Amino acid sequence: MAVKNIMIVGVGGQGSLLASKLLGRLLVDEGFDVKVSEVHGMSQRGGSVVTYVRFGDKVYSPVIEEGEADFIVSFEKIEAARYVRHLKKGGTVIVNTQQIDPMPVIIGSTVYPDAVLEEMSSKGVQVDALDALSLATQAGSAKACNIVLMGKLAKYFDIPCEKWEKAIEKCVKPNFVEINKKAFKIGYDH
Amino acid sequence: MKELMIGNAALSRGLYEAGCSVISSYPGTPSTEITEEFAKYDDVYCEWAPNEKVAMEAAFGASLRGKRSACCMKHVGLNVAADPLFTMSYTGVNAGMVICVADDPGMHSSQNEQDSRHYAIAAKVPMLEPSDSQEALDFAKLAYEISEEYDTPVFIKMCTRVAHSQSITEKGERTEVTREYEKNPRKYIMAPANAIARHPFVEERTAKLVELAETASFNRVEEGTGECGFGIITSSTSYQYVKEVFGDTVSVLKLGMVNPLPVKLIKDFAKKVEKLYVIEELDPIIETHCKNLGIEVIGKEKFSILGEFSQRTIAKAFELEEKETVVLDTNIPVRPPMMCSGCPHRGMYYVLAKNKITVLGDIGCYTLGSMPPLNALDMTLCMGASVSGLHGFNKAGGEVSEKNTVCVIGDSTFMHSGVTGLINIAYNQSNSTVIVLDNSITGMTGHQQNPTTGKNIKGDPAGKVDLEALCRSVGISSVRVVDPYNLEECERVVKEELAKEEPSVIISRRPCVLLKYVKPKKPLRVDPDKCRGCKRCMKFGCPSISFRDKHAVVDSTLCVGCGVCAGLCPFDAFESEEE
Repeated sequence: MAVKNIMIVGVGGQGSLLASKLLGRLLVDEGFDVKVSEVHGMSQRGGSVVTYVRFGDKVYSPVIEEGEADFIVSFEKIEAARYVRHLKKGGTVIVNTQQIDPMPVIIGSTVYPDAVLEEMSSKGVQVDALDALSLATQAGSAKACNIVLMGKLAKYFDIPCEKWEKAIEKCVKPNFVEINKKAFKIGYDH
Repeated sequence: MKELMIGNAALSRGLYEAGCSVISSYPGTPSTEITEEFAKYDDVYCEWAPNEKVAMEAAFGASLRGKRSACCMKHVGLNVAADPLFTMSYTGVNAGMVICVADDPGMHSSQNEQDSRHYAIAAKVPMLEPSDSQEALDFAKLAYEISEEYDTPVFIKMCTRVAHSQSITEKGERTEVTREYEKNPRKYIMAPANAIARHPFVEERTAKLVELAETASFNRVEEGTGECGFGIITSSTSYQYVKEVFGDTVSVLKLGMVNPLPVKLIKDFAKKVEKLYVIEELDPIIETHCKNLGIEVIGKEKFSILGEFSQRTIAKAFELEEKETVVLDTNIPVRPPMMCSGCPHRGMYYVLAKNKITVLGDIGCYTLGSMPPLNALDMTLCMGASVSGLHGFNKAGGEVSEKNTVCVIGDSTFMHSGVTGLINIAYNQSNSTVIVLDNSITGMTGHQQNPTTGKNIKGDPAGKVDLEALCRSVGISSVRVVDPYNLEECERVVKEELAKEEPSVIISRRPCVLLKYVKPKKPLRVDPDKCRGCKRCMKFGCPSISFRDKHAVVDSTLCVGCGVCAGLCPFDAFESEEE
């Protein structure tokens, strides 16, 4: 299979590491060659963070470049827009509509651009937006936002839900498995 | 069993399987996980040392005693450990010793972009360079074999993309290796007479390693299918980008050992191709080697000396067609990293910024105090430089400077190399005011224990350095402790200590809010009837507070209820959410 590219983007501290761990686990179990790349350290302190997930028969580069991503899963609204250059023509953006102000907005040196999702749609991007934070709260924890988004992503793949659930069991601590499975289903059914 | 592992975890596994029994390291992105992963094994010894020099010497001691050992650090850590390195090259090892060093091209979490390969060349120590996780594991084993066979420490050089990318890796079994310790003064006492006798050995060793480099499987030629007439010499993550762009169409000489470099292998490869490119991140080391051999290569004229590469960098350099992208008209505001909600450093920085105090800074999360709106820092150089730099600053600036300048340094950084600077302040008497931002952990690298926390790398009880007593014992009589959530106290104490005619230390103590034992309180909220939109709270730079519809609002998903903002509001608009 030709290599597929998924980017997970958001704000440091939002839980993108668990999402990429889950995806990596699932895709290895499915028998793909997989590479996952992320940057640790300073950018995790509330900065813009990005994780690359690549899978297929043979993967060389661990990073995804401009015009290469099949999917961008964004944990925050403008982060989706920040990385949309990486999207392939006809690619899909799955985006949590949550707004987290970056420091230049907080201190008033610029404004938060509200209409980025509409602009992306108008440029031919498939935008699949959802309020993952509220959905995660419904599942029992605002922190499960990442798994709600994974549920949404799962809809675009042929991998059965049971396998995603198995991967969740392997990736999260036992007492959080139920909440995360619920969050996954809410995202999937949304 | 095959599993997805980050390069650092795979390298750590490789060290373990090779029989490494002792690791001593200092944390530093992107190297930290090598040591953290090793600490998970119960049948080996692993520690955080106060700094990289201490770590490397501890690892050397373990090798001398007969156990395979390692030390791990980031590129700038190797500067600190350079002293033992250069002479260990002369002594060689007893049991194998590996030095893992991780470079950070692109400076994701570093203050410079230095290329560690220069150290391997300068110290005449072999250096292996894996290009993915499986190679990291395999090269660890190889490194110990080379170390013992050639009597040398061996480098394994990582970079951010290899260290922090996960790829499929197959684990193996551990083998135990032990050597007897025998006294051997001529090998291990590097006094001039012995060192003079040892230097020729080092040169001969390098010549033998070049022979190894000519034929060993870690340097390999991958013949292309011939569609491209040119060849590429590459290593590390650049190899992956080359393969991503060209697949099997181009001939590649993939180097797994970057010091010493082969001669005949490169000459033979060059003969087979019409044109030869060298693709390497950072400095032109392979390129210079080729040019010194009289081989015509294209390198840095086409591939930048700056930053990280990717498949796009390479495709662009070869003028391949660019992929179609989506470009928005909207300008997306930057999102730089910042201190967390409830970060204890923020309170102290607010006070320093408010009083327009000159602040010499250091390396850690608290470097983020340089960002707007606090803009609290004047200088950041390297680990420990805030304290030593403050002394020089004050000696040059005299009383005017002493009354209005402080330095800030974290607890772990103070242990690393701040305390020697403090000794200089006490010994050579500048009226300097040193602020230790003690958040009871090594923060930036992801919560490693250090000599002030009372816990070891496994989280078990350990010796604990008493910071106050340490400062007093070196000759500082004015040592005060403040709570950075108490802005009034911070301001009063900073002013008092700056006014004193003696050196002083202020310990600003409160644990990092991300520590598990620090329980967040209920988020605050803003009463819109009380808030007059004066924006005084916005000067604090807390990521939880933003300004919407002429009022401050608190993001309840981010706020940890530290309550410092409430003290800043002249209208009492912040209130705790009801239980």
